[in-house]
Amino acid sequence: MDRLFMKSKDRAEFTVEGLYKDLERRVVSSPAGQCPVDMAAAFLRMCHAQSCGKCIPCRVGLGQLQIMLDRILAIDGNEDLSILDDLKRTAEAIRVSSDCAIGTEAAAMILRGMEGFRSDYESHILNHSCDDTVINKRQAVPCRGGCPAGVDVPGYVALVRSGRYDDAVKLIRKDNPFPTVCALICEHPCEEKCRRNIIDTPVNIRAIKRFAVDNCSKEVETPARMDSTGKKVAVIGGGPSGLSAAYFLSIMGHDVTVFEKRAQLGGMLRYGIPKYRLPRERLQWDIDAIAAAGVEFRTDYDISSDEAIKEIKDNYDAVYISIGSHNHKNLGIPGEFAKGVIPAVEMLRSIGDDAMPNFKGKSVAVIGGGNVAMDVARTARRLGASQVSIVYRRRRDDMTALPDEINGAIAEGCELFQLKAPSEIIVDKSGHVKGLYVQPQIASEADRSGRPRPVDADQPREKIPCDIVISAIGQATDIEFFEKYGIPVYRGTIKAEKNSVVDKVQGIYAGGDCVTGPSTVINAIAAGKVAAANIDSYLGYNHEISVDVEIPDPVVEDKPSRGRIELKERYAAERGGDFEAVELPMTREESLAECSRCLRCDVCGFGSFRGGRIEKW
Amino acid sequence: MVNIKIDGRKISVAAGTTIMEAAQKAGIDIPHLCYLKDINEIGACRVCLVEIAGMDKLVTACNTKVEEGQEIFTNSPKVRMTRKINVELILSDLVCKCVQCVKSGNCTLQKIANDLGIISLHYENTAEKNRWDFELPLIKESSKCVKCMRCVQICDKVQGLNVWDINGSGYRTNVGVSKNKSLTAADCALCGQCITHCPVGALRARDDRDIMSRVLADPGKITMVQIAPAVRTAWADEIGMPKAEATTGKLVSALRRIGFDYIFDTTYSADLTIMEEGSEFIERFTHKEDYSWPMFTSCCPGWVRFVKTQYPEFVKNLSTAKSPQQMFGAMSKTFIANKLGVDPDKIFSVSIMPCMSKKYEHNVEEVNDAGHGKDVDLVLTTRELARMIRADYIKPSDLKEEDFDDIFGEGSGAGVIFGATGGVMEAALRSAYFLVTGENPEPDSFKSVRGLDGWKEATFDIKGLQVKVAVASGLGNTRKLLESIKAGKVHYDFVEIMACPGGCVGGGGQPTKDGKEFAGVRGEALYGLDKFSNLRFSHENSAVQLTYEEYLGEPNSHRAHELLHTDIENWSINMNKENM
Repeated sequence: MDRLFMKSKDRAEFTVEGLYKDLERRVVSSPAGQCPVDMAAAFLRMCHAQSCGKCIPCRVGLGQLQIMLDRILAIDGNEDLSILDDLKRTAEAIRVSSDCAIGTEAAAMILRGMEGFRSDYESHILNHSCDDTVINKRQAVPCRGGCPAGVDVPGYVALVRSGRYDDAVKLIRKDNPFPTVCALICEHPCEEKCRRNIIDTPVNIRAIKRFAVDNCSKEVETPARMDSTGKKVAVIGGGPSGLSAAYFLSIMGHDVTVFEKRAQLGGMLRYGIPKYRLPRERLQWDIDAIAAAGVEFRTDYDISSDEAIKEIKDNYDAVYISIGSHNHKNLGIPGEFAKGVIPAVEMLRSIGDDAMPNFKGKSVAVIGGGNVAMDVARTARRLGASQVSIVYRRRRDDMTALPDEINGAIAEGCELFQLKAPSEIIVDKSGHVKGLYVQPQIASEADRSGRPRPVDADQPREKIPCDIVISAIGQATDIEFFEKYGIPVYRGTIKAEKNSVVDKVQGIYAGGDCVTGPSTVINAIAAGKVAAANIDSYLGYNHEISVDVEIPDPVVEDKPSRGRIELKERYAAERGGDFEAVELPMTREESLAECSRCLRCDVCGFGSFRGGRIEKW
Repeated sequence: MVNIKIDGRKISVAAGTTIMEAAQKAGIDIPHLCYLKDINEIGACRVCLVEIAGMDKLVTACNTKVEEGQEIFTNSPKVRMTRKINVELILSDLVCKCVQCVKSGNCTLQKIANDLGIISLHYENTAEKNRWDFELPLIKESSKCVKCMRCVQICDKVQGLNVWDINGSGYRTNVGVSKNKSLTAADCALCGQCITHCPVGALRARDDRDIMSRVLADPGKITMVQIAPAVRTAWADEIGMPKAEATTGKLVSALRRIGFDYIFDTTYSADLTIMEEGSEFIERFTHKEDYSWPMFTSCCPGWVRFVKTQYPEFVKNLSTAKSPQQMFGAMSKTFIANKLGVDPDKIFSVSIMPCMSKKYEHNVEEVNDAGHGKDVDLVLTTRELARMIRADYIKPSDLKEEDFDDIFGEGSGAGVIFGATGGVMEAALRSAYFLVTGENPEPDSFKSVRGLDGWKEATFDIKGLQVKVAVASGLGNTRKLLESIKAGKVHYDFVEIMACPGGCVGGGGQPTKDGKEFAGVRGEALYGLDKFSNLRFSHENSAVQLTYEEYLGEPNSHRAHELLHTDIENWSINMNKENM
């Protein structure tokens, strides 16, 4: 008799594993506005199905929670709020007394929900319906809902599919004057909840946008300015947020002046993002269009003087502060002021003005795990560094940089040191960096961000020899000057409301990184859009931004599973030595295939009933 | 030693001690339901929860070992609340009809729920539906099952038959016959160890008292009852009678009060069994080459069912002698009826047994030879007897020492010890010695086969004849023994097997107390009766002698073969009454 056999999966196992993956994607694509209690009940049912059934709390208790949730959710229900006490007591007992994670975490999930969306629980009991706040979050079109600027994604995807690239650019500009920038470097939150996830993978939205800007006319007309209002608006800071606000306000007929401290416009797009990701001429194309909309620029203009402030105060009806976050943060370790220690923002800033440092043959250590760290690491490689080490105190999985950026850095020869906390910069007799001490870390319990907190491992510190240390541990906003003039600040940023209003200061608005802390370009653009709308209202107008582009009807076709088309990159060995664009454009064939994957949520499902398209704002 | 603090009491216990055991040492009771020492320490019920200072989650005391410096609370607010909710959850998943449950008053869950003062439930009832053939000897009421897994573990670990298993998952998790079989197809020995270890009333033997009541009410019937040896050690456990007062004489008294016409002792037929089986052994032993070896006892139907399904190749090794129950049955409607001068067709022959498998055995076609209906018409367990006594409100204090009816109430000490593991072997050897040598041995010569070890062996010298014997109880032990015989690792002449650990005293029909194993003390009681008996050899039983003189002739005679032997190879193991 044979006693042991190789493990193999039968058809049922293969099938159910496939279903798990389908469900995972479906969960990922859950748009906002779905009933959280109903979701919790559905999750609970799945958790209960996982129960082996050995223990009472999990086998019976989860079932009782399910019964209570069903009673809470029943539209013919007859419960009062006391059922929530029963639910909580029972869930807590299950949480503390289950034998394994199957029961414990299922109950913990219910408890978290009871805290996180208690008002929805109460609404179901009292009104047999979801809470208003949930209903109001309902998104007909997940991509547009996911885009902070609300760009009409299905619209321009349909236009690209029809070959109408100029119209696509015009449609994007209705909500976002940086179609090219976003085509190249947007973090594409629109793709996160793409309904296509339910079938296979999200539509490659950014790539389709890129196809539009790669193939449109040399110039795409901006909308004509509306009648001049005679109102003057000052925008302080010529980055993506300021330029977006300026663009829309100018189209609305206001006279807009952008005050930019640096020699060139673009803010972090120029002084933060390396040109191998965002070639300068592509950035300039968007800026030129903004200029064409009638915006006036004053570069090399520092407003941090009393006279400058007086001028703005006296001459402008409203101000939008969008100065970004361009200061570096201190490392706070011995040796950080040695020669050869360079803050990432400073290095990228000088590169933005084409002052390239020489790292030829140098060994460079980059401290940090965000996109900026990846940018400087890859830039250092291009500047001739013989060795680039990325030193991060957490794990690779905890890095805030996009996976593509991390992979790009590694492909280009940067080396990743995870779980190493810099403890001291080693300095030679002449005061120059000669190495970095790092303390090995161990991942421990999760912190508030949900990532495991790194703590010192019981191991001796290690030495990483290097000639240059670049710190990319985050940026700060230069708030001191504004604070002096009575602008409220909070935790190192300017304090502004969700409508961009700076509290208690008439006519002053703020947005972008200087309010949120370092964030994404699309968030900055969205803040500019919000500010433009509210400044317009403040000035006493209600100008509407719209675009006269007719969106093609959807193609009537089946939507079987079909592979997502990814943008290709130049070979790592070839691209790693120059500053030319890394990413390659799509072919027409690829763009058509990818556009055909779009499910056109604007005209089907809830979109065909309500909210499929927002024509104007 | 590990130093800990439980509810403020400092205590040092050996490393490896569980919190439950440590608390017991400190005099603190922690309620528990699924826990069964060494057999089921899986923390399924989550009732024995305790809080360890510094920990968020509670732990189960039954399977968590103490660690140095631990401070443990068995009744913290968190423990109290959680334990109560878990018991409420258990109750929500059951049909709790305590007033109509055989386990009421002896139910672990009932006690815990009462102790915790649970008088109402917030939860909806989610009990399973019973899907069972209630005519089978073994009954499982899923609606009462707490899924503690004890039955699964007992059957797997102790009896090695894997009859029960956990089926389904999630909400639908249930305990049922393994591989989705029906019980009739599951090779169940009907030993009833799952019943005696069930903490609630989910498992029980079929209750046949209604039949008994009808017959007792029928003036046309003559009721004749036999009492198995092991019954006298346990019959009073559930009627509130102190063990020391629960004599066999009072048991006879109780049966007479109930209304049985004739009250006899299975010990008589146990002695008869010894005569037949002992003679058979000598016949085989003196014609060794004509038989397969070793010879096995056959008086335990659990064992017979086991060997027939698991090791059919050994069935021919079984003694052909019927069990004492069936020998009594056969005699009751022949010789005994004749001696009493009653019509055998009017006799309703009842046995009171510590055993559930006997409810199967009496239906087997090949054991019914007397020609007047079934040889044994009805089998009641010790627990059913106790229920009958309670139902008649017979007060223990009213019971007097009374004698069995003449003459088939006579039994030897050798017959009495049938109820304990090793007893059949010892009794058989006492008489075999006599049959071979013509003289009695010292009665305690063979006592090395006594005791609770699962597999015992000994070699005895009977005037130069070396007889190598083995005794096993519990079917897991039995399997090991049979495998060793098959592998040629051991060689025996005579082997006694009892399906239940400790023998019939620990039988599946006996009264229970959760967490207690009574086979040891009950066995001791039987050996005590033997020790103080005036009659210690089966062949000296005057009723047995009379039976041979007047009716059977001699052991293994033609008539003895007709009435007292059976063809086990032809036995059906079907446990359905109507299919017999």
